[in-house]
Amino acid sequence: MTTRVCRVDDVPLGEGRAVEIDGHRVAVFQTRNGWYALDQRCPHKGGPLTDGIVADGCVTCPLHDRRFDLATGRCHSDDLRVGVYRVEIHDGDVWVDGSMTTQDDTRTALAA
Amino acid sequence: MSDPAAPIIVVGGGIAGQAVCEAIRDRDPDVPVVMVCGEPRLPYDRVRLSEILVSGESAEALALRPQEWYADRGVEVRLGAWVTGCDTEAKVVTVASGSAVGEPLAYSQLVLATGSQPLMPPIDGIDLPGVYPFRGPEDCESIRAAAAESKHAAVIGGGLLGLEAARGVVAQGAAVTVVHLMGRLMERQLDHGAAEMLAPAMTDLGVEVQLGRQTTSLSGNGRVRQLHFADGDTLAADLVVVSIGIRAETTLAREAGIACGRGIVVDDRMRTSAAGVLAVGECAEHRGVVYGLVAPIHDQAKVAADTLLRRIGLDYAGSIPSAKLKVMGVDLVSIGEADADQSAIAEFREDRVYRKLVLRDGRISGAILMGDIRGHENLLEAVRAGELVDDPLARLVAAGEATAADLPDAAQVCNCNGVCKGEIVQAVNDGLPTPREVMAATRAGTGCGSCRTLVAEIVTMVSGDAANEPYYLCPCRKQTRQELAAVIREQGLDAVSQVGERCGTGHDCGACKPALAYLVSEIKGNRHREERDARFINDRVHANIQNDGTFSVVPRMYGGVTTPAELRRIADAAEKYEVPLVKVTGGQRIDLLGVRREDLPGMWRDLGMPSGHAYAKAIRTVKTCVGTDFCRFGLGNSIALGVDMEKAWEGLHTPAKVKSGVSGCPRNCAEATVKDIGVVGVEGGWQIRIGGAAGASVREADILCTVETAAEALRVTTAFLQFYRENADYKERMYAFVPRIGLDRVKEIVLDEEQGAALRERLAIAKAAVQDPWLERDEPYHPNQFVELVGPPA
Repeated sequence: MTTRVCRVDDVPLGEGRAVEIDGHRVAVFQTRNGWYALDQRCPHKGGPLTDGIVADGCVTCPLHDRRFDLATGRCHSDDLRVGVYRVEIHDGDVWVDGSMTTQDDTRTALAA
Repeated sequence: MSDPAAPIIVVGGGIAGQAVCEAIRDRDPDVPVVMVCGEPRLPYDRVRLSEILVSGESAEALALRPQEWYADRGVEVRLGAWVTGCDTEAKVVTVASGSAVGEPLAYSQLVLATGSQPLMPPIDGIDLPGVYPFRGPEDCESIRAAAAESKHAAVIGGGLLGLEAARGVVAQGAAVTVVHLMGRLMERQLDHGAAEMLAPAMTDLGVEVQLGRQTTSLSGNGRVRQLHFADGDTLAADLVVVSIGIRAETTLAREAGIACGRGIVVDDRMRTSAAGVLAVGECAEHRGVVYGLVAPIHDQAKVAADTLLRRIGLDYAGSIPSAKLKVMGVDLVSIGEADADQSAIAEFREDRVYRKLVLRDGRISGAILMGDIRGHENLLEAVRAGELVDDPLARLVAAGEATAADLPDAAQVCNCNGVCKGEIVQAVNDGLPTPREVMAATRAGTGCGSCRTLVAEIVTMVSGDAANEPYYLCPCRKQTRQELAAVIREQGLDAVSQVGERCGTGHDCGACKPALAYLVSEIKGNRHREERDARFINDRVHANIQNDGTFSVVPRMYGGVTTPAELRRIADAAEKYEVPLVKVTGGQRIDLLGVRREDLPGMWRDLGMPSGHAYAKAIRTVKTCVGTDFCRFGLGNSIALGVDMEKAWEGLHTPAKVKSGVSGCPRNCAEATVKDIGVVGVEGGWQIRIGGAAGASVREADILCTVETAAEALRVTTAFLQFYRENADYKERMYAFVPRIGLDRVKEIVLDEEQGAALRERLAIAKAAVQDPWLERDEPYHPNQFVELVGPPA
């Protein structure tokens, strides 16, 4: 099920912001290569992933530097994983599909 | 009824059963686990079976874990016990051991890791003495004993395992012929070119190869003597090893009514058709595929453990098959597809080197490496990632030249134990000095051992990096501060993203982005283009993130001096914003902890004090003692000097935090001798100290010089501060910087009248562009700078 979570302008470029879908907190990122969404909570110690630095399709948790792939949710250093969600942009609105996806093709190019 | 306190029962003590237990314990140290192991020994590494066929060692030599591992981790193992029945409704299995009657055992969840059975062709004579499968340690013993007496042995099956068995029999001194049904060896893993090169390599080892041979029967009087082929030919053999493939062991599952095809059918979470029952390894059929290789087992076990423990995790989407022939003298690795619509081949017949890259739709889908297997880990990763390639031949050459450094952290180094490069790097960084200790801790290289060279290479690379290599500002692209600074100056760059475009930095791990942000701001004298996404969260919201996602707020109190009015405002703000903890810091200031992000701008406004930069790599505090104002012993006005220093430097960012102190006399109440920059009042002047530390290690600050007046003290310390700002590596504290540069060299520059003046001037230029970041309360760089789109968790 796809939910409208915010406007494109709500998320500064290169940063993330937390939204809520069915009571579940999801981090939405606007990167220079498109939009991504994953679980907001770092499974290591609960760090807020929206506050991480984004680079190379990854976000680094601000608390203890666990690095997660934005497309797969996979952690680079250990077995931790976070859920990833499909993002779509329509008319300046950001939509997130709240059902868990695990494919590598969640990245959505910015709609023209 | 099912019992929620019942254990997870793992049926089968092979590599798969063990992998499941390991994956469970990696995630949960407490959940009860019972492994029922039919064989009379602890799980061992069956992949290395041909080793004990060659050496005659006992299976214990191949044990995956010692006895203590199971005891220490609370994994109950029942050896020599078989699960003979399973009631998936009642969640109970029947466990038989020796002659004992089956005992019912309740489970919370069940994992079938029953593995496979060797396929034996239904031909006449297959039951004759002298005919053996090649599957377990007992088979190895029988084959070794028979080989010692044998004049001529035959191995039916020219696959991976058959060739390894043949090599093992040759090692006992027997002549061996491999008879293979298909037209080439290892037809599932190899193309024609590689297979044609493999056959003579086997012959050189003493193994004769006959292809296109369909064995129709075996004959002999009381013991096997001859093989008969479909074309009427025969072959004399007094020992026959059968290795034509495996069949998933599904008997238990079928009898329990669980859906089976060629194996026990599982979904992407490794669940079978029965609730609470999973299957992993060679017994499982996933998306129509039954894997007979070791690497998929580790992938599957991790997913199964996530499912068992109800963890979020990625689904199992299948594995890239990869196989390594473990035959002494023949190096052979096959990955993914052996043939597709495009390929690049490098072949050197004389040297028996064959390297092939297979592409499908422009993406790497497979590789065969024989004779020279360099870069196979690199190519396995490329196949996994489906790497796009323009020039396959160049890519093949590049793979051969790839070193340990080129592998991504996620690359699996040890396929036997599922250990990736990142874990090895981590182990070295955790302080394990030698490959041997790293292997013991991570288990990498303790399986078939074929990755040991690579493990050693990674260990050397990581530990060598720390010892010998320069400090890279961007470790991914190996660029130093000096190199990047030169580019920024020459090309007049003024933003992190520009540096990234020119130099490639900041694109890979991203860890260097804050360092680049500092570098750009320092070179441009704070007249750079600020890109907040390059900054750590603390520098985006100008507060220090806490373990629960809230922030701490420390207003500036120059020299640790405050007023009743400030204290009232702090107290009011603490109450208004329900600050859970108010704490006096070691730097003579007041810390308000647990502040919500949304409250930051309002709180700063109410406080009416500038930022203390307690969250940043910047000038922190200048701690002072009471000095001459009130103290009986004071020799110098430490408060006045401290306040002057703090005001002169306030707001400047630095490579790492800078903590200072000024003491009015050698009693040193402001602890100036363990500060980054410390000033101590002495008879007739001020002693200036630099590079002290009182953190994880304690370092007494070096004496830079002694000056007569407070104004001179400020000038000298200011010159040194700028020298540090311009020359230190990011995160390099002064206590590391001073010994690295050398105190004499620091004196030479900082105390030189001309150079000192130039340093002070550059600092003044940077300082002129400094603005209190807390003013962003009224002019945020983005409307949502301090806004989350949803509120904090309840």
